[in-house]
Amino acid sequence: MLKTDRLMEQYEKLYLYKRIVQSKLFIDQHFADNIDLDNIADHACFSKFHFIRLFKSIYGRSPHNYLVSVRIEKAKKFLIEGISVLDVSLRVGFDSPTSFAATFKKMMGKTPSAYRSQAMVKKLAITANPLSAVPNCFAQTHGWIK
Amino acid sequence: MITKLSHLCIYVLNQDSAYDFYVNKLGFSVHTDAPMGEGARWLTVTPPEQPELEITLFLVAEGGMFDKETVATMTGLIKKGTFGAAVFTCNDLMATYQELQTKGVVFKKIPTKEFYGYEALFLDDSGNWFSLAQLNS
Repeated sequence: MLKTDRLMEQYEKLYLYKRIVQSKLFIDQHFADNIDLDNIADHACFSKFHFIRLFKSIYGRSPHNYLVSVRIEKAKKFLIEGISVLDVSLRVGFDSPTSFAATFKKMMGKTPSAYRSQAMVKKLAITANPLSAVPNCFAQTHGWIK
Repeated sequence: MITKLSHLCIYVLNQDSAYDFYVNKLGFSVHTDAPMGEGARWLTVTPPEQPELEITLFLVAEGGMFDKETVATMTGLIKKGTFGAAVFTCNDLMATYQELQTKGVVFKKIPTKEFYGYEALFLDDSGNWFSLAQLNS
């Protein structure tokens, strides 16, 4: 193969990478909107099937699975803040609280309400006694305990 | 016998800025963010697929074992890029490199083939450097 052909091949590969990375960032930014595979593939300027194959080869999962995992990760953060399950389901782009609760339980092994309650208990315990979250050696280094 | 690493300490110069870097740019999760009084803060984050490893974003500030001179020395060394804090791994280095670059992360070594896989080096917001590797399977 000629050197220029190899260079062109590398440029094409880099260009494909850039478009797939941009589509991942598109999901990261728009997870709360009503987006689906068509929107995401359009954004990356790929046909749907070509897009799924490339995305999977880079991220090890389909764009849809990635979108769901981003929504659940964001939901966990909102639940820890004490936001209601209903509000969280709307904030992370689910159609209904029921589909949110079912997906959350499937992925996390517990309901959003149970996750929220446990997070609140932990948060209260740390607020009441912040040192309970810190190993002694670090607390001593900081001068928080003598 | 030692079984696991539970806490890793990274010295940072500003915890707000470190929070933004590790959470919003690298995509780490906050494990604990607790005020410790008098402006002090216990802040730990975890890598996305390693929720049991707490990375302590430890502020270099006067107090406890850190006197004024130690703080000045540490600050100078961190800013200078003396400390290589850890090796992170990813499944696809080229994709991760492009994503982090888009988010403004500074690289001091672009993805390069090494005998153990591919590696790049990046800096955090304080000046600590890290290896980012895609290891041979």
